Amino acid sequence: MKQRRVPPELTPGRRRFLRLGAAVFWIAVWQLAAMFIHQEILLASPVSVAARLISLLPEPSFWRAVLFSFSRITLGFLLACLCGILLAGLASRFFWAQVLIQPLMGVIKATPVASFIILVLIWLPSRHLSIFISLLMVTPIIYSNTLAGIGNMDQKLLEMADVFEVPFRRRLRYFHIPQVLPFFRSACAVSLGLCWKAGVAAEVIGLPQGSIGERLYQAKIYLETPELLAWTLVIILISMGFEKLFLCLLDTVSHRLEQG
Amino acid sequence: MIEIRHLDKSFGEKQIFRDFSCSFPEGETTCIMGPSGCGKTTLLNLLLGLEQPDSGSVSGMAGKKRSMVFQENRLVEGMGPVPNLRLVNPAVTRKEAEEMLRALGLSDSLHQPVRTLSGGMRRRVSILRALAAEYDILFADEPFKGLDEKTKSQVISYFQEKTRGKTVLLVTHDREEAQAVGGFLLELGNRHCVFSSPEV
Repeated sequence: MKQRRVPPELTPGRRRFLRLGAAVFWIAVWQLAAMFIHQEILLASPVSVAARLISLLPEPSFWRAVLFSFSRITLGFLLACLCGILLAGLASRFFWAQVLIQPLMGVIKATPVASFIILVLIWLPSRHLSIFISLLMVTPIIYSNTLAGIGNMDQKLLEMADVFEVPFRRRLRYFHIPQVLPFFRSACAVSLGLCWKAGVAAEVIGLPQGSIGERLYQAKIYLETPELLAWTLVIILISMGFEKLFLCLLDTVSHRLEQG
Repeated sequence: MIEIRHLDKSFGEKQIFRDFSCSFPEGETTCIMGPSGCGKTTLLNLLLGLEQPDSGSVSGMAGKKRSMVFQENRLVEGMGPVPNLRLVNPAVTRKEAEEMLRALGLSDSLHQPVRTLSGGMRRRVSILRALAAEYDILFADEPFKGLDEKTKSQVISYFQEKTRGKTVLLVTHDREEAQAVGGFLLELGNRHCVFSSPEV
């Protein structure tokens, strides 16, 4: 029988090197494809995208657009965290609440984001659209993971807390938060990328003035493919940077809790 | 005085206690002994209120602060020994908690999460947590199980010193252990129980 090849154990330095190598490989493929097609409208080369991005950086309107979208999408994400946690707390405490919330979350998950965007545009001014859309997309994920975390609580630990008459605030600090935090973290890891995708998609449809979505739309209208890709790169970088920062913050909190 | 009167308790078909009555003196240690399955842990759970009797009554527990060494430790695994101790009594300072842990040979493990400690070390943390709590009655379910002989005798001495003059109900199946702990002895049998005073 043929043995499965086990990937070798990598040092962090080697892993970083391999990741960088893979990125360089795909950028080279992109460059070659752009050179082969030789039409910037269809596929802009990485060099021209980088050049456009560099030319955008000194523009105040670039930073205003980044700030506009970042503040709104992040606010939507944070509100979703709050709503998801509160609803999960409520659902874990009262069965009737779980019965009521479950179908609502199911509907939100199953509804296409475009439908929500159009619906919300009827209700709200477009400048608030990305807040509401990222809130809507993230809440069910945070809710279901947090609820699973609460459901996973060690009953024997709770019994111990009853015997020692540990007050609620200390239970929250010592049992509930550390127990739920890994579930919450994985929900955040999934939803941070999603809220950016949904938030920018909402901006592209709603076209709030001064947003990244509006700049993407304009790039599409004027067939400015390098600018379109430059903005896409900006979204990816902000989304990944914020994800790393937020998860790092959660890990620090988790570590602090472990230290007591 | 903690009193149990005419207690019945069964799990499904299995009758654990039938018309069981007993009392435990306050300010003393009572070791509860008996073969496996005779209801030692159930008795503690009934006194703690974690189980409800089918009939009969338990008195003398109202308003009493309880502490417990559980059979399965029940520690907060991700946290260090000091937070585990302070969880049940934040009035214990970090320094005091560290002193307690040092007294039972855990000075090298003060900052490690409990999940990384050996079984014997976790047992000692669990015992220290029960001793760190403010309590009127201390329940201990096989507290010294899993400790090697040398550590066990050190821990028993410490336990005795810290619980002197307090009400302790300690379950064990080891007669030598019961003798080492001292105090009253309640032997649970299949259909009887024998209560004996400490040997002078």
